[in-house]
Amino acid sequence: MSSNVSKEKSMVIQKEMIANHFKALSTAKESGKKVVYTFVPGNISELILAFDMLPVYPEINALQSGMRKKSDGFIQDAEQIGHSEDVCTYVKCDIGMLLNGNIGPTGEKIPPPDLLLLSYTGCFTFMKWFENLKRLYPGVPVAMLHTPYQEDGQIKPEMTQYMVKQLKEEVIPKMEQVSGVKYDEEKLKGILRNSSKVEDAILRIFSTTKNTPSPIDAYFAGVYYIGPINSGFRGTPEAVNYYEELYSEIMERVRLGLGPITPEGEMEKERFRLVVEGPPNWTNFREFWKLFYDFGAVIVASSYTKVGGVYDLGFRVDPEKPLDSLADYCMNCYTNLNLEQRIDLLEQCIVDYKADGFLVNSIKSCNSFSAGQLMIMKELERRLEIPVGLIESDLVDPRYFSYSNIKNRLESFFQMLDQRKTILSH
Amino acid sequence: MDQLIKKCENLAFDLNFTRAKQWKSEADGRVLVGYMPIYFPREIVHSMNGLAVGILGGGDKKQIIRGDAYYQSYICNMPRGIIELVLDGHFDGFEGFLFPSICDVIRNLSGMFRVLGKGTFVKYMDFPQNFQNHIGGEFYKTEMMEIVEHISKINGLEFSPERLNDSIRVYNKNRVLTNTVYGLRKAAPWKITAADMYAIIRAGYVIPVEEHNAILEEVIRLLNEAEGEPMDKIRVLVIGAFCEQPPLALIRTIEQAGCYIVEDDFLLGSKWIQGEVDEGTDDPIGAIVDAYLHRSTFSSTVYDVDDPKEFRMLKLYEESEADGVIFAAPSFCDPALLDHPILQSACDNNDIRYISFLFSENTGQFKVIKEQAGTFSDSIKLWDGEMAGI
Ligand code: SF4
Ligand code: SF4
Repeated sequence: MSSNVSKEKSMVIQKEMIANHFKALSTAKESGKKVVYTFVPGNISELILAFDMLPVYPEINALQSGMRKKSDGFIQDAEQIGHSEDVCTYVKCDIGMLLNGNIGPTGEKIPPPDLLLLSYTGCFTFMKWFENLKRLYPGVPVAMLHTPYQEDGQIKPEMTQYMVKQLKEEVIPKMEQVSGVKYDEEKLKGILRNSSKVEDAILRIFSTTKNTPSPIDAYFAGVYYIGPINSGFRGTPEAVNYYEELYSEIMERVRLGLGPITPEGEMEKERFRLVVEGPPNWTNFREFWKLFYDFGAVIVASSYTKVGGVYDLGFRVDPEKPLDSLADYCMNCYTNLNLEQRIDLLEQCIVDYKADGFLVNSIKSCNSFSAGQLMIMKELERRLEIPVGLIESDLVDPRYFSYSNIKNRLESFFQMLDQRKTILSH
Repeated sequence: MDQLIKKCENLAFDLNFTRAKQWKSEADGRVLVGYMPIYFPREIVHSMNGLAVGILGGGDKKQIIRGDAYYQSYICNMPRGIIELVLDGHFDGFEGFLFPSICDVIRNLSGMFRVLGKGTFVKYMDFPQNFQNHIGGEFYKTEMMEIVEHISKINGLEFSPERLNDSIRVYNKNRVLTNTVYGLRKAAPWKITAADMYAIIRAGYVIPVEEHNAILEEVIRLLNEAEGEPMDKIRVLVIGAFCEQPPLALIRTIEQAGCYIVEDDFLLGSKWIQGEVDEGTDDPIGAIVDAYLHRSTFSSTVYDVDDPKEFRMLKLYEESEADGVIFAAPSFCDPALLDHPILQSACDNNDIRYISFLFSENTGQFKVIKEQAGTFSDSIKLWDGEMAGI
């Protein structure tokens, strides 16, 4: 079997999974399935699935709108009803999509929520987002799950207890009420067993970039790889199957000594290995990726792929302690780590994955990621003496994507990497 | 009064925190703890022989040179001012820094202080977003006890419920006096300008509470004696400037343009707890928790569950007998700006007139804002005149 064919297999599986999910959403009213809107970081989709409900992730819809070139109009429509130019564009894109009929990425209508699960992990804007949605969907209950921040770099027992109490007394009762289904801990444990396998597989997949050449791009392709766990499939047998398939395809590439597959074709020569911090730009995603491809740059690790969970540091859900595990999972998401932890993790990635440089894609929208990034750069430069670079764009607002600016900055950055390589080789 | 105002202005905008540092040097075992906006239960620090000093950025008094190297252009001005201050040694002598959970910028700033190794302790204070005593309340208690432990490690003082009750008492007094000043101003805004009152309240952020209480008592006495002439100005609520502070000149500009600011959220922490904290209980920490969970004002940084903020704003509007609302938010402030559509639609639905603009703490140009506020004031006066004529 050629590597291309096997690559297609995992893509086909993922495409089918996502299509089935949106189909199920579009027929939710007829099938009587209840719909829960929630967020990617700290997404406790296992609990949603334990109540046979269907999750919707507004951020995923927003990024899809960005990729489908719809976000521009949506954002402007949100601004028309009073949203500021200065705020997170995911929120505006989502609200704009709602104003335009809430048509999802597959062209099917996304049903309104029966429950807004405000899993408030690593970002304050989530709260503001759902406060706005609550007004646009009057009468829909909101379940708040406040995730304490790892302010001093640890999860203390009282933090877990606080979350478990919220799960038991706030989230689960609301889910029971909305779904009409009783909480079944054994069922949840079964789902978490799959999550644990998926978490393992994800770490194995992203560790393959330790190879030279790296068989995958851990940023641009990485965002596709994390698609299923970030869109409702954590803990499903489909996810276990998908990730095992993906892993074996990647290992085949490793065996053959192949580089990553990109939309422009296979990366023939790996010139630079990078670690990237920050979300990507979605409106010009392919163009953005091509810039790196043209320079022969492969991303061997990225913080963005850890936004829905960090597994590098040993965390796995423990199915025998389901609620504690869900709590700890939420607290372990990347943007819920403090700045020192983020720097340590990135440092570890740069060293372990033998990166030549560190690059920040600073997103105008996102204070959760962006505030502090310049200090992260300074600190990594100080600790590792490696070249660091900064580019700026936005998630889904095309007004903030400047191809020529990014290209110029990347050119200088790669020149710097080149010079350093030359110096090191002498 | 003028002298008192000048004194307060000097204290409030003293970026070297001279009085706080002097207080510390007057006796052994005293601890200085800086806290960022918006609200922090200062009683806790007070009961541990500390002074909680409000840090509100560099405003228009500190030129940003190094701060810009730490923040991208699309992040509000507040943290870059604070970084500038810390790098220039303005907080030397402070042992601790507290970062109440209000937004991701302040949250990540706590990490920057950690990386810079500032103070003996840095604590990001995660205020609960669950408002049940046995859930969010319990969590909040552990957060507060951590601060107690941090200070205890510095000065060796043990936590004492009696002392905390005493501290609650002195801060309750401060709350009553502060509310009285706001009340007097609301009743007769021509007696003192909003900018002068701002300086008086802000001085309380950086000096011992006992001294601030004495100032407030004197202000109240003088306000009761003052007469003044009412002017033909509209009464407005200013909303959105709860964290990064508007420059004094901006507050003056709004008033000079024909608006009495009768309610605002500028120094929201000073009036955060609505009413008093129970002061004679066996569990004073529990009393502070209870006040926070059930008697907090509304804010963009607190999840508004069953008590929607737009209704609370409308109530405030009515109580203040206001004629309009000015939404003034710092540029790039997600919490404030994401509330505006909610609050503005409540205004629309209730025929309340409003304007909105963005500012930054170091804005120096107010021409456009002056025109906007002036036109707003004129249009309301004209409209009401027409209505009266019908
Ligand atoms: S601020 Fe960042 S993390 Fe938060 S919703 Fe917007 S894009 Fe997501
Ligand atoms: S001004 Fe707004 S965004 Fe900036 S630190 Fe304050 S609350 Fe956060």
